[in-house]
Amino acid sequence: MSLGVPRPRPRLDRDNRAFWTGGGEGKLMICRCGDCGQWLHPPQPVCRACWSENVAPQPVSGRGTIDSFTVNHQPWMPGLAVPFVIARVALEEAPAIYLTTNIVGCPVEDVAVGDAVHVAFEEEDGIFFPLFEKDT
Amino acid sequence: MARGEAYITGIGMSEVGVRLDRHPLLLTLDAVREALADAGLKPEQIDGVATYPGKMPSFLGFSPVSSDDVIEALGLSTRWHLGGAEMTAQLGAISAAAMAVKAGRARHVLCFRTVYEAAAMANPTDYPPPRRTELTGASQWTAPFFAISAATWVAQYATRHMARYGMTREQLSEIALNAHRNAARNPRALVKEPLSAEKYFFARMISSPFCLYDCDRFTDASTVVIVSAGEALDEVTAPPIRIAATAGSVERYSWDQAEWPGSYPTGKALWERCDYGPDDIDVAQFYDGFAFHPITWLEGLGVCGIGEGHRFIEGGTRIALDGELPLNTGGGQLGAGRLHGFGFAHESVVQLRGEGGARQVPGSPRVAVATSGGGPMAAALLLTRES
Ligand SMILES: [Zn+2]
Repeated sequence: MSLGVPRPRPRLDRDNRAFWTGGGEGKLMICRCGDCGQWLHPPQPVCRACWSENVAPQPVSGRGTIDSFTVNHQPWMPGLAVPFVIARVALEEAPAIYLTTNIVGCPVEDVAVGDAVHVAFEEEDGIFFPLFEKDT
Repeated sequence: MARGEAYITGIGMSEVGVRLDRHPLLLTLDAVREALADAGLKPEQIDGVATYPGKMPSFLGFSPVSSDDVIEALGLSTRWHLGGAEMTAQLGAISAAAMAVKAGRARHVLCFRTVYEAAAMANPTDYPPPRRTELTGASQWTAPFFAISAATWVAQYATRHMARYGMTREQLSEIALNAHRNAARNPRALVKEPLSAEKYFFARMISSPFCLYDCDRFTDASTVVIVSAGEALDEVTAPPIRIAATAGSVERYSWDQAEWPGSYPTGKALWERCDYGPDDIDVAQFYDGFAFHPITWLEGLGVCGIGEGHRFIEGGTRIALDGELPLNTGGGQLGAGRLHGFGFAHESVVQLRGEGGARQVPGSPRVAVATSGGGPMAAALLLTRES
């Protein structure tokens, strides 16, 4: 509840379970093709590059860079604590896929495109939301 | 007029307002009546219907009236119809109608978009908001981080443009200032007054770099465009506007996975399908659900280079009514109201016919481009006056 209200929750299913629960073991799990190496996000049961079905979630380092961001000032729901940063993070191992996330642990004015960040999970009732913090 | 071609032969619009009481089906009827009278057609001559996004029971305000609803309620006898969200943005419905009349499946297609978000939010009894349940599908990748509104998604495209190409808020502001200036000359626009730069920069931020005036607002209205076959032009009375080319694309269904806006590939594809080019555009009606969108259309259509759109609009003179490329002459969605794409087709026809009144661009424009969509989804229409 770092932003004052519970986060909207995904419904866990066979495709997304590894992503949303991997943080329980400290791991950011991203889907990858075992044949051509393509990273896939959102997760799906077939590789969008080669159509291989040899696709499985795989841990990544959790390091990345801020591809873009916005400082959100609008309380889209009652109780939402603003302002906060919504960002799109490019992962170190997979620069062509992005995670929408929040940048936490620093003032909103300290966030810039290109900043190096690392994952910091926030748990609410069994879902591990992958948020990101700036590297120090 | 050429056989095998498609034309816009009638346009109509309901009252445009916020929290209107009038039933959304009746708003649609108002726009249909006006368009039929404009075209000189009778209801029994309509044999096709198209809309975007069609039935959406969980978002009644977003799409309160479907093609099936219109056919049923107005007693139309159609031979072709369509409604859906899985297409290349809003104007994809008009593009599909053009293909239908070219293929001989229909002679006169009623294309409409009715929006009722403001009224629906004010009346949750009749228009219950979507139930908050566990997320499935695409929204699960953004909503858990409170990236709930498209404002937050498009804002990130805009931030990227600022970081890569040096766009400033001063440059961005020209879109909203131009929209309000033009809307003040459009008697049907939601906005009645021009906007000062002081007021713009004093406004509260929604999602940086977007302030209040960079985002369209929920509107209640219906917009209609009638698309007719070249073979059927002797049945209409309005000066026909040719749909000279259409294009559309969706780069990625996930808005946060796209590398570039859909306007880039769509703009390129539009010119590949006709003998016109960016220098031929006399009047531009570019989707402005958020102020950044028109900048990407200027770039995608090759009016300027990629990463140069913000410099093209700097100072606002080029895009003014008397500028080299008049933009969003009726006020766009930021000024005229969130008609959700169809307003750009409507205003293109107004300008090409020379019916713009106080907002008519000089020089008797012959070529217009209307666009819709945002982020990775895009659609464009090239509209020309032949006579
Ligand atoms: Zn593969």
